[in-house]
Amino acid sequence: MKRVEKWKWVLIILVFILMVLTSLPSAGLIKDEKIAKFFPGKVNLGLDLQGGTHVVFEADVEDLREKYAERNQELKKSDIEEAMARAMEILTNRIDKFGVTEPLIQRQGTDRIILELAGVKDPERVAEVVGKTAYLEFKLVSDINPAEYLDENGEPLPEKQIPAQLQLRYEKDEETGRRIPYLLVKDQVVPGATLTDAYVTTKNAEYVVGFRLNPEGAREFARITESNVGGRLAIVLDDVVVSAPRINSEIPSGEGVIEGGFTAETARDLALILKTGALPVKLNIAEERTVGASLGRDSIRAGIKAIIIGFIAVIIFMMIYYGLSGFIADTALIFNLIIILGVLVLFNATLTLPGLAGIILTIGMSVDANVLIFERIREELKNNKSVGKAVENGFSRAFITILDANITTVITAVVLYNFGTGPIKGFAVTLMIGILASMFTALFVSRVIFQTFLARKNVTKLSI
Amino acid sequence: MGEEYGTHKKCKYQLCIEECPAGGFPLFRNPDPYRDRFFHHRGRIQSGIDFAGGSIIQYKFEERPPLSELRDVLKEAGLGKSIIQTFGNPKEVVMKLSEGSDVEHLKNIMREKYGEGADIRREETVGPSIGRDLKNQAFWAVLWSLVGILIYISWRFELKYAIGAIAALFHDVLITLGAFALFKYEFNTPVLAAILTIIGYSLNDTIVVFDRIRENIRIERPRSTQHYEGVVNGAINASLSRTIITSLTTLFVVIVLFFFGGEVLRNFSFALLIGIIVGTYSSVFIASPILIEAHLRVGAKK
Repeated sequence: MKRVEKWKWVLIILVFILMVLTSLPSAGLIKDEKIAKFFPGKVNLGLDLQGGTHVVFEADVEDLREKYAERNQELKKSDIEEAMARAMEILTNRIDKFGVTEPLIQRQGTDRIILELAGVKDPERVAEVVGKTAYLEFKLVSDINPAEYLDENGEPLPEKQIPAQLQLRYEKDEETGRRIPYLLVKDQVVPGATLTDAYVTTKNAEYVVGFRLNPEGAREFARITESNVGGRLAIVLDDVVVSAPRINSEIPSGEGVIEGGFTAETARDLALILKTGALPVKLNIAEERTVGASLGRDSIRAGIKAIIIGFIAVIIFMMIYYGLSGFIADTALIFNLIIILGVLVLFNATLTLPGLAGIILTIGMSVDANVLIFERIREELKNNKSVGKAVENGFSRAFITILDANITTVITAVVLYNFGTGPIKGFAVTLMIGILASMFTALFVSRVIFQTFLARKNVTKLSI
Repeated sequence: MGEEYGTHKKCKYQLCIEECPAGGFPLFRNPDPYRDRFFHHRGRIQSGIDFAGGSIIQYKFEERPPLSELRDVLKEAGLGKSIIQTFGNPKEVVMKLSEGSDVEHLKNIMREKYGEGADIRREETVGPSIGRDLKNQAFWAVLWSLVGILIYISWRFELKYAIGAIAALFHDVLITLGAFALFKYEFNTPVLAAILTIIGYSLNDTIVVFDRIRENIRIERPRSTQHYEGVVNGAINASLSRTIITSLTTLFVVIVLFFFGGEVLRNFSFALLIGIIVGTYSSVFIASPILIEAHLRVGAKK
């Protein structure tokens, strides 16, 4: 029996040390931050494990096209692209102001934006708030009583056409849930884009949002308020009337407040999204998934429990069925798990709940390779081959089988990675890493262990 | 028989992957009414919100009110047609709402009624455009993995082996889908991932058998059909223990996953469980006989 080349052991030990070091912080063994600095970091947990919100916004392209049509413009592809780029920028800005750490904002296709938030108290609310268009306008309320044009439910009567220069908008009464109709003068507008600052303040012990307009907006604001003292000015946000205060006197400063029965929180939200400007296109929520942190913790617990039980079951089975050789396979299996964790950290991959399942599956599948080899060795031994020869033949003959069998699983894992969304991608990743790692541990590591073992002594019997 | 689906007469004898009758995906039709006496129809595959659209909301109660009370809450929210069931442990419930339901309204009512006693564990809403996209993606994902595998096996083995392997795959996937309809598990994206994994894994097993068949055929070089069958049979017998044991270790962990992996992954692990059992069986009983058939019709001409 020839001796094992030294480089093989060196390689195995180097890989082992590297993987153990990278996976130490994730295993919770290194708590000291000063020491943790030297490590590449912990494994990323997906939203389904740490809790958080995943939202897919879809741009309302039809709405944008109508807006363009109103201005007699045709909506071009480049316009959509531009609007989306701007929307991304504003979303990023808003999220930033909310103080969310490590959010994920990503374009998907032509008209979608993915937003992932974790580690905030109420991620779902944050996602909904930042997705608001926040299109602000100040419009004069017409003297005409809207009741003339409406039925008892507040719906426009079909036989009575609303005058062309007016538009119908509603205010929602939060307490009664009823809608209050307004007729607004279309061309008497101070655009919200002239807003330079928005902040939370109080008026009569109620939260209000204060605003400041730029000089141009202030001039327009002064002009309209001056000529309409005694009338009402509606503050319209995303086509909904927030409030419609009476104009008591001219307002030359371009400053004012928005009242709307806010709480401290909703006032802060509104000020924040007003300050960052309106989105150039309306975003609808196409998909929303929220996992509470408590469920995430339970999932981790269940996953780890399943990993441990599965692991123990396999280890015991291998030891009983294959004796000492089973012990070598078990060593390879432990090594395999360490590699999976280490590679996840090194590649900055995300561990999801299906990803945990992928690790569990890998435990079963990685000993498959060992089983193939051992069964082959047993057959060779039955054919009266020497131990050394049987082991050599076992490994070399099983090699092709293992390769073919694993590559088909890798093919499906690659497909899954390309088609899947977040959690499924996590599954594909751990499955791929697991299969590749198991080929390394089963075909290389356990072989080297066998060879070393056989080279030392003149072995005539093998526990397999 | 089938009365509970009386409103969907069209689907009575077919297994659909999505809501019927709006363009179901018939897996089989029963042309013979007498057969109905023996094959009791258990319904269609329940498609989760991932594909059908809609919302689910999962609550954990400190002290769970009876489901009938929660049904009344749903009625109050105008969502009387929603499905409600306990989830995993008796303190948790999942409500499944159809598309366009006002989830916020329901949440407000729940908050007023139960306050801190009801904790939202999970909330998912999938709109129609996403559902459509996911269905599309699912279709292409399955197709591409089949194509990839067909090419790989044809390259590594021969076309006739690929035919046998793909036939076994269809068998495995169909039975898994059937089990989903039978046991009323819901079909969602993780389950699709499980199906793709089964496609990969079932092959894993088939290849273990085929590999030995190929090896023995190289050694024995069968001339007649009977001899060919004999060689295949011998190869299956020789590799039987490793076929079973390799699957057994994977089966162990999947069983563990099914029972201990938590409720969220239950559908996923159920698919794997069925797929791995069926996948092992099909390598011997489906893939190999079809290999022989393919050999007679295609391979022998070479």
